[in-house]
Amino acid sequence: MGMTISEKILAKAAGRDRVSAGEIHTVDIDRLMSNDGTTHLTIDMFNTILKKPRIADKDKLVFIIDHNVPADNPKTAAAHKKMRDFAKEHEIAFYEGKGVCHQIMMEEYVRPGELIFGADSHTCTYGALGAFGTGVGNTDFLYAIVTGKSWVMVPHSLRFHLTGRFQEGVYPRDLILTIIGDIGADGATYKVMEFTGDGAKAMSINERMVLTNMAVEAGAKTGIFQPDEKTAEYLAACGREPKYLLESDPDAVYEKEYYYDLSKIRPVVARPDNVDDVVSVDEVKNVIIHQAFIGSCNSGRIEELRTAASILKGHKIHEGVRLLIAPASNTVYLQALQEGLLDIFMDAGAMIMNSNCSVCWGSCQGVIGEGEVLISTGTRNFKGRAGHKDSKVYLASAATVAASAVTGKIGGHR
Amino acid sequence: MKIEGRIWVLGDDIDTDIIIPTEYLALKSIEDMKKFAFSPLRPELAGSIRPGDIIVAGKNFGCGSSREQAPEIIKSLQVSCVIAKSFARIFYRNAINNGLLLIENAQLPDVATEGENITVSIGEFAEYQGVRYELSPLPRNLMEIIEAGGLVAAMRKRNGLE
Amino acid sequence: MGYTSIEKIINNNLKTDLVRANDIVTVNVDRVMIHDIFIPFVADKFEEMGFTKIWDPDKVVLIYDHLVPTSRVEDVRHFQIGDTFAAKYGIKNVHRSDGICHQLMTEAGYVKPGDIVFGTDSHTTTYGSVGAFSSGVGYTEMAAILGTGQLWVKVPETIKVIIDGKLPENVMSKDIILRLIGDLGTDGANYKALEFTGSTVANMSTASCMTIANMAVEAGAKAAIFTPDEKTAFYCSVSLNDVPEISGDEDADYIEEIHYWAEDLVPVMACPSSVDKIKPVTELLGTPIDQVFIGSCTNGRLEDLEIAARILADKKVADYVKLIVTPASREVYKQAAKNGIIEALTKAGAIITHPGCGLCCGRSGGILSEGERVVATNNRNFLGRMGPPSVEIYLSSPAVAASTALAGHIALPEL
Repeated sequence: MGMTISEKILAKAAGRDRVSAGEIHTVDIDRLMSNDGTTHLTIDMFNTILKKPRIADKDKLVFIIDHNVPADNPKTAAAHKKMRDFAKEHEIAFYEGKGVCHQIMMEEYVRPGELIFGADSHTCTYGALGAFGTGVGNTDFLYAIVTGKSWVMVPHSLRFHLTGRFQEGVYPRDLILTIIGDIGADGATYKVMEFTGDGAKAMSINERMVLTNMAVEAGAKTGIFQPDEKTAEYLAACGREPKYLLESDPDAVYEKEYYYDLSKIRPVVARPDNVDDVVSVDEVKNVIIHQAFIGSCNSGRIEELRTAASILKGHKIHEGVRLLIAPASNTVYLQALQEGLLDIFMDAGAMIMNSNCSVCWGSCQGVIGEGEVLISTGTRNFKGRAGHKDSKVYLASAATVAASAVTGKIGGHR
Repeated sequence: MKIEGRIWVLGDDIDTDIIIPTEYLALKSIEDMKKFAFSPLRPELAGSIRPGDIIVAGKNFGCGSSREQAPEIIKSLQVSCVIAKSFARIFYRNAINNGLLLIENAQLPDVATEGENITVSIGEFAEYQGVRYELSPLPRNLMEIIEAGGLVAAMRKRNGLE
Repeated sequence: MGYTSIEKIINNNLKTDLVRANDIVTVNVDRVMIHDIFIPFVADKFEEMGFTKIWDPDKVVLIYDHLVPTSRVEDVRHFQIGDTFAAKYGIKNVHRSDGICHQLMTEAGYVKPGDIVFGTDSHTTTYGSVGAFSSGVGYTEMAAILGTGQLWVKVPETIKVIIDGKLPENVMSKDIILRLIGDLGTDGANYKALEFTGSTVANMSTASCMTIANMAVEAGAKAAIFTPDEKTAFYCSVSLNDVPEISGDEDADYIEEIHYWAEDLVPVMACPSSVDKIKPVTELLGTPIDQVFIGSCTNGRLEDLEIAARILADKKVADYVKLIVTPASREVYKQAAKNGIIEALTKAGAIITHPGCGLCCGRSGGILSEGERVVATNNRNFLGRMGPPSVEIYLSSPAVAASTALAGHIALPEL
């Protein structure tokens, strides 16, 4: 019996020829990423709980400050300082204000075939490059820092066959929201969501990230694409080599198969307060919005910015709307600057944020107030996610968000 | 008119960020804000001030921002007047507009001890530990605003609402 | 006897020639600026006073800047109240995310030479840079102005500040005003107008004059005033013929004259926690810092970002040091993007934030933790301004700030 790509990655990490879904193995971790959501707590545990604190391999660690940048209060600043000082003391790779963690990881570190733990749920993003990335809590993370290892129960895989091409105005964002709407917020609990087919192969790495990034919103352990020419191109541009180039075997076993014809996907939104409450944009047309956001590890890359710019060009946003745009990294920001996109955004009346989690994280930058409605390219729309507990968040593609900002109502002028 | 009260003593250059830090300026009302008055310097002060107390301070009291919440909060804490060597100018006007009496005197702040009592005969003298300190009266147009109870009351009268 | 600039402006306003310093007069207001942080209180007092209409809605400018972008859930309440008030009383000049109030008032052409302007912010003195008599007021007085179009003023006495000569390469207008505040003290110009003149001033850009006028209030001044010239006319988009003659007369009654030779000036900083605690940068060299902020209505303009970009081009901000750059307006940001300044700063590692007050007003935008140290180009370093009282804030010019970010400790600009 063959193995899926994710089983192969875990087998290699466990130092075995093969593993099967359901088994528990001790695995070597290739990379450990932690951001300012929780690193200060991990550091506290490192300093106070461990009898013999040590780091197995400092070169495998990456600390990234991205959630509350710039800092909004002394407590946040103290958490940042703790991270900064620890990184300096232990010579850990450290990024502050350079971009959202998962974007930096994809730009600088992730290699196909790697097993990566991140102290952040959207670590599943790295499957876009054929790596196995998964989010863990502080304790698991601390253990992995100290030992370089962890235990993993090999998840079953669900296979999503993607065929055809998107219609004009429809994007990978609409696809992943549709999938989550179909299978539910627990439809992939503890599974791997593997994306395959000619539709998948046609997607750029950035587009694949939109899908793998939100796998966790369906409960998945991770999302993954098999590496191919697009993967090779991306790595070459970044100057990196893969760790392993792995493929799912033709006789690998999947728990369930799903089939999606991309040409049938329509623009959708996830309604407040659940990511799986997905309906066509038409159903919520004319809902008044107060703030719009384009950014996040899900949809803050150059493709989304180009799409938004093409819609906003020559228009001004509605005077009742605040449009915030946060490029996912400084690299994306500089590219958007060079392509003249920032000019288009500013002419339209949008606010350009520094590269950070911003409105998606909803803690200190672009916080929405009581009774307000946000439409966003972020990852979550739980109650109170973007600010006041009595506010609402709709999730949508960058195109839908940009169009909505122009008219002040969902769906906009499209 | 005479007023008497227990004194709190502060130093020079008490700025508006000390009187009410910026982070509290989006709170809904003066009531919500006043408990944070003077917090960066004297966190216990707002809770300790009793109606009729008097603040004595050095030079340049109220320097900094134009935030009118600064004198409005002091007034809402029912401080009867502020005696200082000098006042910053925006604070000065804002205080008058809120009916908060301000008294300039160069000697008193150097001798004042916190917790002691002081008596003020407005526009004439202040008496502290048996010594009288001469006070100059405020310009007439400013006394009119204070006597009216502040600028809002004066404007309401102008608009026929009182 | 001749007239000071302030006396001339007020006399023009009242169409008389009798007004002198210390007179109490009621002036006709040409423009007012209200910003987001105080509009709820202005609106309240206005209606409490019983006014039912604004004297001239076109003369009112409402600008959201302290709370842009929002950092707390209660912030939007200010926008809602502002928008409602503007709609109710016909205010059309509303700027919701264009930048800092004091940048926009002159940049967007709301203030002309000779105008009398009041704003709900102490740094309203900034517009003295274009020859206006402009000063900060509280929200109650702003409400009264909205209803009456007038304000009583005690005409300030004037201190004349003459600066002659050529500034050394690494000395900016920020160093001039910091030096002056150090010499005068935080109340040395209390209730006075500061009139700036001399060859150095005549050769200064409007932006540099704005830096000086902006900080006049930190010496207690009621106003700052510069004589408008061709540069001013160009900046304000008026013809030179429309610029009133308001230069201070030689035989006017100045209560003090202060003279500086530009060549003698050096880069300086205001040390924690008072704006008048001035020391030359040479005495502070090597002091390690955690963060640098370049921005604010004092120094967030194109020439400020440009010098920072020049110092940081092809170099990197020191490890573990944050550099936060906040352009003063969208226009400045766009120009800086066009000129390669944004690219240079970003590549050096700067965090570029949306135009607004940002860290200066201390609600978000780079708050620091116990014992950290920041060098900032804004106008105040009061205790607790950017974090707990133990945070040390040093004020400086953008050149010193950029050099410090590069070195990781206080450094002199090498230009």
